[in-house]
Amino acid sequence: MTKYLLLKHYRGIPEPVPGTDVPMDRWTPEEVTAHMEFMGKVIDDLKERGEFVDAQALSPRGDFVRYGGEDKPPVTDGPFAETKDLIAGWMAIDVESQERAYEAAAYLSSAPGPGGRPLHEWIEVRPFLTDNAEVTG
Amino acid sequence: MNELLRDDTLRRLGPQVLGVLVRRGADFATAEDAVQEALLEAVRRWDAPGATAPSDPKGWLVTVAWRKFVDARRAASSRAQREIRVTLEPPTGPTEQADDTLLLLSRCCHPALSPASSVALTLRALGGLTTAQIARAFLVPEATMAQRISRAKKTVTGERFSEPGDVRAVLRVLYLIFNEGFTGSPADGVDLAAEAIRLTRQLVAAVPEDAEAAGLLALLLLHHARRDARTTAAGELVPLDRQDRARWDTATIAEGVGLLQRALARDRLGPYQAQAAIAALHDDAATADETDWPQILEWYDELARLEPRNPVVALNRAVAVGHVDGPLAGLRLVETLDAGLPRRDATAAYLHERAGDLDEAARRYAVAADAATSAAERTHLTKQAGRLRHAPG
Repeated sequence: MTKYLLLKHYRGIPEPVPGTDVPMDRWTPEEVTAHMEFMGKVIDDLKERGEFVDAQALSPRGDFVRYGGEDKPPVTDGPFAETKDLIAGWMAIDVESQERAYEAAAYLSSAPGPGGRPLHEWIEVRPFLTDNAEVTG
Repeated sequence: MNELLRDDTLRRLGPQVLGVLVRRGADFATAEDAVQEALLEAVRRWDAPGATAPSDPKGWLVTVAWRKFVDARRAASSRAQREIRVTLEPPTGPTEQADDTLLLLSRCCHPALSPASSVALTLRALGGLTTAQIARAFLVPEATMAQRISRAKKTVTGERFSEPGDVRAVLRVLYLIFNEGFTGSPADGVDLAAEAIRLTRQLVAAVPEDAEAAGLLALLLLHHARRDARTTAAGELVPLDRQDRARWDTATIAEGVGLLQRALARDRLGPYQAQAAIAALHDDAATADETDWPQILEWYDELARLEPRNPVVALNRAVAVGHVDGPLAGLRLVETLDAGLPRRDATAAYLHERAGDLDEAARRYAVAADAATSAAERTHLTKQAGRLRHAPG
């Protein structure tokens, strides 16, 4: 089994599929509800298959922070410029194969958007590095 | 399984036993460990095949926990050869139990502790919850929560305690626990809101003359009564004015109102009683339109007098002003408040909508959604923006 991180982005993704790029605060309330219910269903299905690890949504608010030197406060850079990559949330899954991870990501990406049509949202799929080196023989 | 293990008996007895040990002069941290060990031994002994539980389980636990405490102290101080005087006391009656509750609560909610540490320690020492349960409720690894509790116990051990304990600090912590259960997701297994109410009941029993303790209990009950109507089956928030009021728990409301009336009769008004009065007025309205906003505003005026520098009070008062003197009057107040104040944009959006400015209302809801601190709130505010942008006309 390998763990994968499925990342949703607010920004910084490849070109969206035409017609799907409408901010959520311009959807109808029913469309938002349908989308959220679908997300819940994805999690339920992954749990049912024994593949779910964790899921978390992130606020779009945040800063970059770094060490500012001894006895100096941390240096911050933010809020993020409009052009920067911005992660909206993640789902961690534990699956048999990369193929299965991609299938789960595609399922997540099929969530309904405006008009109830699939969003075709880009999902970034990143395998975890494991702690243990696998030794064979 | 043994009957005493099947129900909540052990969980209920743990804090009482801890109270006895601490009252006998045991230090809090060592006593807490000793009680946990005694509870584990009870499970092992009472659940063995053919075992029968003792007729006085609390007495049994006190004896075992005290022995474990003495052992631990002997081990810790064997070099100093300090002698530990074992006191043999009769079983405790209800009065001692109430005193113990207050004693433990004031230790767990000591001002030297951070709010998060107080919450964790209170849930373990008085709620009788396991570290694993508390960790699950706050979505952190068990080892992290174990460390938080352990550090909190060390902090408390070094502090001196004044009698009879700071009830104000305890009220704050209980309110925090309730809020965690109220705004958070219904955590797996542990109902923090119900736990906060249970602990507040114990506190009220320990300090029956304290009007603010009763006020807090009333406040929690009056909010808890609306819980089923607050979210949809899918977990989305339903604002107060759109809730199905038939789903409010009328028995709980009645209990809260009764408590509040008796507390107010003591003529020692405080912020919790004022907030409870506002909650009671909302609960009393058969429909949102029948809400007695003038009276709610009077209570907000009281609250603002009690807490003049609390911006959250000022923000909520602006909503009441918006209902009584018109949305523009409310908005004028909102715009005087700090721009970074949580929920300021959501409140402004609500008042702009009532004033008929749907475009500005939608814009402010979208800004509020970006600043939301919970996923449910973010979704709710996003939908409010969308609702206005798709409003007919």
